Amino acid sequence: MKPPTDRGSLALGAYVYAVLAFIIVPLVIVIPMSFSQNDYLAFPPSGFTLKWYSEYFDSRQWRAATWLSVQVALLTALFASVIGTAATYAMIRGHSRLVTAFQIALIGPIIVPHIALAVGLYLFFQTIGLSGTIPGFVLAHTVLTLPFVVFTMAAALGKVDANLEAAAMSCGATRFQAFRLVTLPLVLPSLASSALFAFIISFDEPVVSFFLSGVRQKTLPRRMFEDIEQNLTPVIPAIATLLIMLSILILLGAHVLRSRSVTR
Amino acid sequence: MTEAGRSHFWHSDGRRLSGLSTLLLLLPFFTIIAFVFVYPILQLLVISILEPHPTLDNYARVVENPVHMRVLMRTLWTAMLVTALSVVLGFPVAYYMSRAKGTVAALVAVCVILPLWSSVLVRTAAWSFLFQRNGLINSALMSLGLTSQPFKLLYTQSAVVIAMTHVLLPFMILPIYGALRSIPNDYGRAAAVLGATRLRTFLEVILPLSLPGVVSGSLLVFLTALGFFITPALLGSPQEMMISTLVSKQIREVLDWPFAAALVGVLTVFVTLLAIIFSKMLRFDRLMGNAS
Repeated sequence: MKPPTDRGSLALGAYVYAVLAFIIVPLVIVIPMSFSQNDYLAFPPSGFTLKWYSEYFDSRQWRAATWLSVQVALLTALFASVIGTAATYAMIRGHSRLVTAFQIALIGPIIVPHIALAVGLYLFFQTIGLSGTIPGFVLAHTVLTLPFVVFTMAAALGKVDANLEAAAMSCGATRFQAFRLVTLPLVLPSLASSALFAFIISFDEPVVSFFLSGVRQKTLPRRMFEDIEQNLTPVIPAIATLLIMLSILILLGAHVLRSRSVTR
Repeated sequence: MTEAGRSHFWHSDGRRLSGLSTLLLLLPFFTIIAFVFVYPILQLLVISILEPHPTLDNYARVVENPVHMRVLMRTLWTAMLVTALSVVLGFPVAYYMSRAKGTVAALVAVCVILPLWSSVLVRTAAWSFLFQRNGLINSALMSLGLTSQPFKLLYTQSAVVIAMTHVLLPFMILPIYGALRSIPNDYGRAAAVLGATRLRTFLEVILPLSLPGVVSGSLLVFLTALGFFITPALLGSPQEMMISTLVSKQIREVLDWPFAAALVGVLTVFVTLLAIIFSKMLRFDRLMGNAS
C-alpha cells in the first residue's frame, strides 16, 4: 500500500483530529476553569486560585454527598464483582440450561432505559423503605454494574483451561479449593479491574441516584445535578476536574492490571 | 462438591459443576435481577394499565394529546439525529483508529475511552459552561466578529443534540472499530494487488465488512438516546421536553403516577421490541473488551 501522504489521507487525518478535539476539549476545558480567580466562565481564565477546591472540601454538604457516593460505590464494587463472578463461573463450568435467561438478565439492564428502572425503583423502594438508603443505592447500582463484571469475567474465565481445575481435583482438591488455588489467581487481575469499573460506574451514576436520593441522603451526582440546574457555581469545574482525575486513575489501574493478566 | 473431588479420578464430569452448585452460584445473580430489575419495571407496567381502574386510558392520553405526541416525536427525531451525527463523526475516527499504530493509536484510544469512563454530569456541565451567554462559544463568535449579539445556545434542542452526540459518540466508535479490526489485513492487500485503488478497496471491501459494527453502534446509540435523561434535563428547554424529562415532571411535579407509568411503558416496550428484533446485531461484549 502507498504511504499515507496523499490528499485523501491528509483530509481524513484533519477530520479525525477535529472530531477528537470535539470529544476531548469539553472534557479538559473545565480544568483551567477550576483554577480561575474571578469570572470562571471567562476564557482564557485569569489568575490562579485553589479557592474553589477548598470550597468543595470545606462544604459539609459536598463532603456528605461524596462520602455517601464512596460508600455506595465501594459496596457496589464488592457485591457486583462477587455475585457477577460466581454467576459467570457457574455459566462457564456448570450445566448451562439457563443460558437464555442469563443473557436476557445481562442485556436487560443495559437496554432498558435507566429512567424506567429509576422510576420503577423509586416507587418500589418507597414502599419498602429503601429509598434514600445505602442498601437501596447499592442494590440498584449492583444491577447496573453486573453486566460489565460478567463481560469482563467471562472473557477471563473463558481462557482458563478447565483441565487445570480437573487436574487439581484429581489430586484431591475440592471444587472450591481448585477454584481458589488454581483459577482465582489466574483471573484475579480481571476481577480487580471489573471491581474498579463497577466502582466508577456506581460513583458517577446519575439517573437512578437522582430518583432514589432523599432530601438528606444525596449522592454526589445528585448534588452536582442540583447545582448545575440551579446556579452553576464555580465549585462544579473543581469537582469535575477531580472526577476526571479519578477516571484517569481508574483507567490506569485497569491498564496495569490488564498488562499483568496471565489470561489476557 | 467434596464428593465430586473424591469419586472420580479422570472422569470428564470432574470438570462440570454439579447442578446444585450451579444453582447456588447463580442464585444471588438471578435474585437481584428479579427483585431489583424485573419486578420494579413490571410493577410500573401493571400500574399503567390497572390504575385508577383496568383501562388503556393512560396510553390513550399519551397518543391523543398533541402536546405529548410532539414530545414522543421530538424524542424519536432527536435520537435519530444523534445517531446519524455519531455515524458521520465516529466512522472516520474508528477507521483511523484501526489503522493507527504506536503512540498515535494509544492517543486516539485515550481520547475515545476516557470520556466513556468519565461522569455524564461532568460532560454535561462542560457543555453548560460552553453554551452560556458569556461562555466560550459566544465569546469566540463575537471576538471573531461573526456576531454582535450572543446567541441563545443553552436551553435549546440544538444544545441537547450536540451534547448527547458528544456523550454517546464512544458507543458508536468502539463497535465500528471492533468490526474494522476483525477484517484481516490480507483483504485490503489482496484488493490492492488485484489493482484496486485505495478508494475502491475501501468502498468495496472495508465498508461492507464494517457494516455490522455500524449497525451495532447505531442501535446502541439510538436506544440509549431514546431514554436519555440528564442531558435534556440540564441543557434542554422546558418547552421542548423529551420523554424522559416529561416522565420526571409527571412524577416530581404533577404526581401523576399512572400517566408517568404509561410513558415509561411506551418507552420501555418500544426499546425492548427494537432490541429483540435486532438482537443478533447488538454486540455488547465488544464495548467492554475494548474499554479495558
